[in-house]
Amino acid sequence: MVDIREELQKRILVLDGAMGTMLQQYKFTEEDFRGERFKDYPSPLQGNNDLLSLTQPVAIAEIHAKYFEAGADIVETNTFSGTTIAMADYDMEDLVYELNFESAKIAKQVAEKFTKENPEKPRFVAGSIGPTNKTASLSPDVNRPEYRAITFNELRVAYKQQVEALIDGGVDLLLVETIFDTLNAKAALFAIEEVKEERHIDIPIMVSGTITDASGRTLSGQTVEAFLASISHIPLLSVGFNCALGAEQLKPYLQRLSNETEFFTSAHPNAGLPNAFGEYEESPKQMQQFIEDYLKDDLINIIGGCCGTSPAHIKAIAEAAKNYEPRQLVAGV
Amino acid sequence: MSSTNNYQQSTKNHKYLTLSGLEPLVVTPESNFINIGERTNVTGSRKFLRLIKEEKYDEALEVARDQVDGGAQILDVNMDEGMLDGVYAMTTFLNLIASEPDISRIPLMIDSSKWEIIEAGLQVAQGKCVVNSISLKEGETQFKHQAKLIKRYGAAVVVMAFDEDGQADTYNRRIEICRRSYHILVNELKFPPQDIIFDPNIFPVATGMDEHRRNALDFFEATKWIRENLPYANVSGGVSNVSFSFRGNNVVREAMHSSFLYHAIKNGMNMGIVNPTMLEIYDEIDKDLLERVEDVLFDRRDDATERLLDYAESVKGQKKEQEDKILEWRSYPLQERITHALVKGIDAFIIEDVEEARKASEKPIHVIEGHLMIGMNVVGDLFGSGKMFLPQVVKSARVMKKAVAYLQPFIEAEKDGKQEFAGRILMATVKGDVHDIGKNIVSVVLGCNNYEIIDLGVMVPPEKIVETAIREKVDIIGLSGLITPSLDEMVYVSKALEKQNVTIPIIIGGATTSRAHSAVKIAPHYSNTVVYINDASRAVTVVGDLLKKDSKIYKDQIREEYDKFREQFLKRTKKKEYLTIAEARKNKFKINWNTSEIVKPKQLGIHILEDFDISKLEDFIDWSPFFRSWDLHGKYPAILTDDVVGEQATILFADAQDLLKRIFDEKLLKAKGVFGLFEANTVDDDDIEITISDCHAELAEASQEGFDCAQSDKLKFLTLRQQSKKAAGKPNIALSDFIAPKATGKQDYMGCFCVSTGFGTHELAAKFEAEHDDYNSIMIKALADRLAEAFAEYLHKEVRINHWNYTNDDNLTNDDLIKESYKGIRPAPGYPACPDHLEKKTIWKLLNVEENIGVKLTESLAMWPAASVSGYYFANPEARYFGLGKIKEDQIEDYSKRREISNEEATKWLSPNIAD
Repeated sequence: MVDIREELQKRILVLDGAMGTMLQQYKFTEEDFRGERFKDYPSPLQGNNDLLSLTQPVAIAEIHAKYFEAGADIVETNTFSGTTIAMADYDMEDLVYELNFESAKIAKQVAEKFTKENPEKPRFVAGSIGPTNKTASLSPDVNRPEYRAITFNELRVAYKQQVEALIDGGVDLLLVETIFDTLNAKAALFAIEEVKEERHIDIPIMVSGTITDASGRTLSGQTVEAFLASISHIPLLSVGFNCALGAEQLKPYLQRLSNETEFFTSAHPNAGLPNAFGEYEESPKQMQQFIEDYLKDDLINIIGGCCGTSPAHIKAIAEAAKNYEPRQLVAGV
Repeated sequence: MSSTNNYQQSTKNHKYLTLSGLEPLVVTPESNFINIGERTNVTGSRKFLRLIKEEKYDEALEVARDQVDGGAQILDVNMDEGMLDGVYAMTTFLNLIASEPDISRIPLMIDSSKWEIIEAGLQVAQGKCVVNSISLKEGETQFKHQAKLIKRYGAAVVVMAFDEDGQADTYNRRIEICRRSYHILVNELKFPPQDIIFDPNIFPVATGMDEHRRNALDFFEATKWIRENLPYANVSGGVSNVSFSFRGNNVVREAMHSSFLYHAIKNGMNMGIVNPTMLEIYDEIDKDLLERVEDVLFDRRDDATERLLDYAESVKGQKKEQEDKILEWRSYPLQERITHALVKGIDAFIIEDVEEARKASEKPIHVIEGHLMIGMNVVGDLFGSGKMFLPQVVKSARVMKKAVAYLQPFIEAEKDGKQEFAGRILMATVKGDVHDIGKNIVSVVLGCNNYEIIDLGVMVPPEKIVETAIREKVDIIGLSGLITPSLDEMVYVSKALEKQNVTIPIIIGGATTSRAHSAVKIAPHYSNTVVYINDASRAVTVVGDLLKKDSKIYKDQIREEYDKFREQFLKRTKKKEYLTIAEARKNKFKINWNTSEIVKPKQLGIHILEDFDISKLEDFIDWSPFFRSWDLHGKYPAILTDDVVGEQATILFADAQDLLKRIFDEKLLKAKGVFGLFEANTVDDDDIEITISDCHAELAEASQEGFDCAQSDKLKFLTLRQQSKKAAGKPNIALSDFIAPKATGKQDYMGCFCVSTGFGTHELAAKFEAEHDDYNSIMIKALADRLAEAFAEYLHKEVRINHWNYTNDDNLTNDDLIKESYKGIRPAPGYPACPDHLEKKTIWKLLNVEENIGVKLTESLAMWPAASVSGYYFANPEARYFGLGKIKEDQIEDYSKRREISNEEATKWLSPNIAD
């Protein structure tokens, strides 16, 4: 396997686009989500996208393949909600290991096929680690500001299980993404370090935060620089931002991040801001232009898309990216 | 755009300490000195401590906000206080800070000497914090373990210049320890060097002691050395320590702070704790003063201290007592000399002064009622207003006693003189309990305040207390105790008094007592007043209020307060949910016995340590509880330089060292220990069955008589299981969970021990008392207690490494060490994991303790001599300390069957742990 760090020295790598947006096109029903295996499962399962890796594995593999065809170098596993904490919504905590393991395996098989066809362009699988649906540094109850719905240790244990399954399933790197609460991310990073130590392995880690609105801060209130200071204690492959904003709105924060960090940078913005119906309308062409601005200013090493993006967007982004040199790291002293 | 570019240049290419709250803090060479706010520290601020104790978190947050508004760039939070649940307080406070963006914008410094509190803090802070602090004090293993986790949590760290041999107090020691710490952190652990902040110890100057002359200079030079030789590392310190000997003279102190800071910053100190209101502007310092200050700081002249003192006097018009001026007070008028001697606790001249007073008085008794009481009133006032501390008062009492003893024969010769006391107080440590340090301190403090003390000593039966109280017509009865059975004993005493229609107020004190216990368990049984006193300094006020002419108002107030407290308490406890014992057992702490490592002890059987060399224990002494026993609160060694109690703590510590040296040199105390390692398996969930069928040589030898191997080849330790309902995934633990069940077929092992350093204490204390030296009488007991704990610590280490040999703290590799470092526990019966004192009987039987080393058990199962420790050894890596909490009747019933005693008896022994 080629070391992704070497590839990053050579060129800008392209990350895939949205999984959820693609799955919507399949219009899966409750029965499709359940499949044969979960047809009598007591809780409703429609909307549990991660479960589709078990019940509709062909569709998942198809989507990965479409992104690779569009020019992506890295695809993300279908495991955004693959923790006991997020799966509690569906009473599926016991399935967490299997979901992550199978999702990783599906993505890896597709990646290997593409690499084999074109060894000059090795393809990678990033294990997607979402933020869960609880925050460790914010209270959900305004009357009890000292209360927390989740603790660091509960997060650490849950993340550890997800990380182990993803690695067992064969991912090449880990992507801690859509971080709206830095403390959740720190628990994930803590868990990853534990697994690395216990297994005597090293695995590249991508970290991607989310700036929630025009205040320029994460949901938990940190500025770009504070966020960066909070997660830079372990060697990361890259640090970046994704989701919430479109490419255009994200740029000033990416600029600040790129100035500050000695790691590679990444971005996978949404296809613009959602319209009144919650739909993303930014066209591949429009998005490509905004991304070109990143490239001209030498801000980026890994670029892809989040909500609302499709293989067409990724194709446009990949075409733009290949014309530019990657951002160079200023090595720490 | 240009500002962004500057930022880029200033941070990306360099390794600068970068911290964060909601906003970043980058410490660059261009940064001004970084000021750390430290009013949110329970050891440094009485106000903050009170707010946290009373759970007034809203007001506590205001303290934090004031710090931020006042310009603090980092917020130090410390919750190290004996009576606080530090983990809870740290977690709650930091969670609250997180919801206040104007506070949480700055980074946090998580300050504790307890690792679990540090971890609790790190687990609730999203920003990049600073941990304050770690050091090589406990050796490299612990240092590395903690540093590694700190890195993983993503925090920077303060490293104290402290190692296995103590705190660095010279230039060479400072740089040696910092170099070694840096090397381990950076080269072995790959700790980012910019995340290291050294604290190379700021110590006081101009103390009059030669060895302190270079304190500031050594700090400056060490700081410079660190910044030049340890790349990217930072230097911090607490500045106010330097001016310690000028307390009360703010002109001089402020000049010293600002000059010290000025030079420290020039030498590379880039952050620290400075009180901005105690800082003169450097350029505005009077030139003459500045020269004298800097002469001291740089040790430029032999008479530098004296010259600064002269200046201090001139600006203050008030003399500051110094060593070289010590004899000046001898020229004061007689009353002032006597008062001075009492306040300062100087007994060297008291006899001659008292003799002079006696000659000048009409009757010898007038010296006590006049001169001495005038002096003691000054002591009382100073103590009452927090300007004197307990050890000083006890020293004052020593002087007072000497004076009175000298006058006694003259008074008796007169026959008509009788001392008038403010009241008569009975003091007793209750039946079954032998601990009397606290009781003696309270007696001394009350004695100083002109109360007559009738001290019945230790292990006093209820009948004797009742009889003495009636016969001697005492005004107040004081009950004291340390072990948990004493709580019940106090209830019996109050019932016995009530039965005899005694209406004397009772005061309650001692380590396990509490306001809750006094209000809920004692007060309802007694018609007159019951008051709980939490520390000796409160005793004088409470007793004064109780004996006032119109004390009824106070008594009614107390009664009402306790009634209300009791109601609330009972309401609160009802909310707790419990499992049945069967359910709790199902939710036990599960160890995977197929994979869990069980090490067979190298030396099974019983081992005796006769005539152990007690001086080996010096390094194992934990000093913080020693200071606590003198009502000086704070952690050692920081307590020695504490703003409030530092001076007293330092003196007390020096006195303790003197006596300790005598103990070692003259072999004043004897240490003995016995321990045994045995085959063991858990049976029926909660019992641990010990097998001694092997009957090893040591065992046979140790038990020539009275211990028949064949007969008693099985003994059972009975453990108790947590019953309160736990959060999902949290087990209900019993100690038996740490030993493999018999059903697994795996042979497991456990140990138990008893150590004592108390042989000789009683005799020595009696000797000191005969010399009217309560100070050293209390001191010897406090030291013996510390040595016993140190012995237990020492022996545990020996057992881990040599006798059981399940770990080797010394020569494993890094990773191994870290994993092994905390392996094994030594819980003691009577303490939170196993509050059942009856277990001591089993240990005594198993180890034949009384015959082997002479430590006895009282009827309440306290150990005699008091300075003894007994407990179990568990070696499983998953074994850990926990608190049993409250248990229910069904477990009591089950336990009484296993113990083969009546339900009533079981209830009596375990009552402090039974849920209402």
